[in-house]
Amino acid sequence: MTSADDLPRPDAQLHFGVFFQGVNHWTIWSEPESGSQVDFASFRRMVATAERGLFDAFFLGEGLRLRESGGKVHELDVAGRPDAVTQLAALAGLTSRIGLVATQNTTYNEPADLARRLAGLDVLSEGRAGWNVVTTDNAWTGENFRRGGYLDHADRYVRAEQFLQVARAMWDSWADDWAGSADGPAWARPGAVAPVRVTSSQFDVDITPTLPRSPQGHPVIFQAGDSSDGRDFAARNAEVIFSAHGSDFDDALAFATDVRHRVVAAGRPADDLKILPGTEIIIGDTETEAEEKARWIRLRQVTPATALAIAGQVWGLDLTGRDADGPLPAEDPVVVEPTGTMGSRRWTDPRQIVQRWRDVAEAEKLTLRETVIRLGPQRGHVGTPSGLADRFAHFVRAGAVDGFNVSPYFTPDGLDDIVDRLVPELQDRGVYRTAYTGTTLREHLGLRDPITRRAPR
Amino acid sequence: MPPPLHLAIELDGDGAHPAAWRRSRHAPADALGPARLRQVARHAENAGFTLATFDDALLPPAGVAGRVGAVERAAYVAPLTSVIGLVPVVGTTYTEPFHVASQLASLDFASLGRAGWVVATTGAAAAAALGRPVVEGDALAREARDAVRVNRDLWDSWEDDAAIRDVLTGRYLDHTKLHYVDFVGETYTVKGPAIVPRPPQGQLVVFAPAGLVPADQVDVELVAGPDVAAVASGGSGAGLRFAEVEVALDTAAGDALDRVGDLDAHTPWPHTGRLRYAGPAAGLVALLTELARVVDGVRLHPLVLDEELPELSARVLPALFEARVAGRPPVGSTLRSTFGLTRPENRFTAEEQPA
Ligand SMILES: Cc1cc2nc3c(=O)[nH]c(=O)nc-3n(C[C@H](O)[C@H](O)[C@H](O)COP(=O)(O)O)c2cc1C
Repeated sequence: MTSADDLPRPDAQLHFGVFFQGVNHWTIWSEPESGSQVDFASFRRMVATAERGLFDAFFLGEGLRLRESGGKVHELDVAGRPDAVTQLAALAGLTSRIGLVATQNTTYNEPADLARRLAGLDVLSEGRAGWNVVTTDNAWTGENFRRGGYLDHADRYVRAEQFLQVARAMWDSWADDWAGSADGPAWARPGAVAPVRVTSSQFDVDITPTLPRSPQGHPVIFQAGDSSDGRDFAARNAEVIFSAHGSDFDDALAFATDVRHRVVAAGRPADDLKILPGTEIIIGDTETEAEEKARWIRLRQVTPATALAIAGQVWGLDLTGRDADGPLPAEDPVVVEPTGTMGSRRWTDPRQIVQRWRDVAEAEKLTLRETVIRLGPQRGHVGTPSGLADRFAHFVRAGAVDGFNVSPYFTPDGLDDIVDRLVPELQDRGVYRTAYTGTTLREHLGLRDPITRRAPR
Repeated sequence: MPPPLHLAIELDGDGAHPAAWRRSRHAPADALGPARLRQVARHAENAGFTLATFDDALLPPAGVAGRVGAVERAAYVAPLTSVIGLVPVVGTTYTEPFHVASQLASLDFASLGRAGWVVATTGAAAAAALGRPVVEGDALAREARDAVRVNRDLWDSWEDDAAIRDVLTGRYLDHTKLHYVDFVGETYTVKGPAIVPRPPQGQLVVFAPAGLVPADQVDVELVAGPDVAAVASGGSGAGLRFAEVEVALDTAAGDALDRVGDLDAHTPWPHTGRLRYAGPAAGLVALLTELARVVDGVRLHPLVLDEELPELSARVLPALFEARVAGRPPVGSTLRSTFGLTRPENRFTAEEQPA
């Protein structure tokens, strides 16, 4: 192993967030360890563990329509989540240091409302709010909202950027020394609050905001989008990027390098954007035990029904009722050429995908379900506490990541072994804090002031 | 003996008077932060109020420039309190009913079934803040009615046992227990189902000013009237009726009228058409005892929270409890159960049942 000093960032520190939790098949719901998905007690327990483990952030995702498959609500995965800002406001009073990050959509919100709710969370948590800015790339979500589905992929980032412009103007509308006194002329010093007027292609707003800045200035801006438009949006606007590039070192480094180039091209210092890929972490006493545990976990994540659903999407067929523990379907896939409205999604011919599945299944003598697991996305890291700590220290010192947003596979105890076993190993290696040194999310992440609050360079 | 009077208190800002902040014990700089909010909510809970409401609007309130959103405030105090009902004001004129339903259902989860909603309309000035056409006149009631309907449908769109965790078939959900709401109004449609499961109370307790929303959609009508007779005849009586009462009390810091006069010298207290009481605690006890014969509850709007709340806590509520005119909310109750409301059957399963 290379020594720390040979790597580009020998003093780099690893930052952890916890992603509670995707509505997808990676959360195991079938076991005794599987707790409630919705009870407040589950959130309370998870955030307490994360704060005990000195995590930077507790992160909530969002989906504004229940997932469907075959024209009906998708049944196989955990589902049902609270509204993120509301839930984080409730958790703010139970925690004192950890950042509270809400995924919130810019297409189906208005800045006057959402920027105010985020500012409220930031004030109530005394500077611990974050906002994961997402745009949602489907029109079908719009059926739950007044305007219906609208805006195609490119316009969604235009709106997102203009949305942020209004939000920042609102967060900048109060002077730092706004407060009046009981014997003075007014509650707020006259002139301390400036109305915000913005007219752009997406917005025409005229508002007097009701909140001052928190101790961290603005909520920390996160972004999770992977297209070129999405990465450029992050490079111009975000302070943390949440990606799916954190399992394989070369992939992580390539992503980090690409994103940092974009950040510099946008006129910002390369370290202005922190890179926190999502990851799963599976820990065992030995490498063999960890591998066995990973296999046990995969079989509970990819149940027979889930394997058939995933293969069904590849084949374009309803495979319900087939034997997932038998061979791949003998049929050829149904090929539907994409129409022009698929946005930036790259289309791959299903015949190619099926051929690859057949090759792998044959070479490795795998069942359908084993093939789905074998060819599924790389989910993260499997190992012993010390092995993982070495690997993560290398990732962060090499600049491939700034940390990870951890997805636990069990709710609400899925962080316990990470906090109890991995964190001490990371601390021993000097890549993880031994106490919180700041009180705000911005301080935890080592971020500069918000983009609009810096002295001009 | 009539059933006990339910006691609600409005906790927005520093009190009902637009200049209340001038008599508050904290400086404006500390008015918006968590410490103050926690303190005032716990004070109201310990005093024995059944519920607290939190006023709200997109634009700044009268007299002060700052305010944290009501849902966020109610959520913040939810795990820091244990029996008091938490009832934010949420507008219906420009908000997205789908988001509102998620926020309120989430508040019900965080408070373990103590959440409600004061349905509100939003003034025309908010339209410019949102870049929307102004909604006014009859359209305000239409938007309020539709928003309540959509919220109620979405709260029922998951049956209580929709998460079946059926290991044999690999299904976490049973899709037949989830329902599209397919709301079609005059100005928008909502598909559903909700993204939040059915809240602990099934349906949150819905409060609305009398006459705004069809009476069968409301659990508690808020009745404003200048005197007891006007309050007694207000509202439809289809659900519970709460009288709106503005309160200024004699305190060690000054008599009620002197304190009102002191604040009025800065900014006059606008007349809202609500019953207004100014005087000693005993007089308020007598007024509330009289009201207990004609309404199911009262919502108090204290002149200055820091001055009226201690007085209410020390002299008014204990007298009402002692006389059994009012009662504390029982430990472990939901807001519905405190009101004697059952946990409602899900409207979608009710429809499915054979006649
Ligand atoms: C790791 C990751 C996590 C995401 N989480 C969410 C989420 O919780 N809610 C959501 O609406 N979108 C989420 N998205 C979607 C993005 O916000 C974005 O809408 C989508 O990736 C399409 O944009 P793109 O084409 O730039 O990738 C996520 C994307 C990534 C890569």
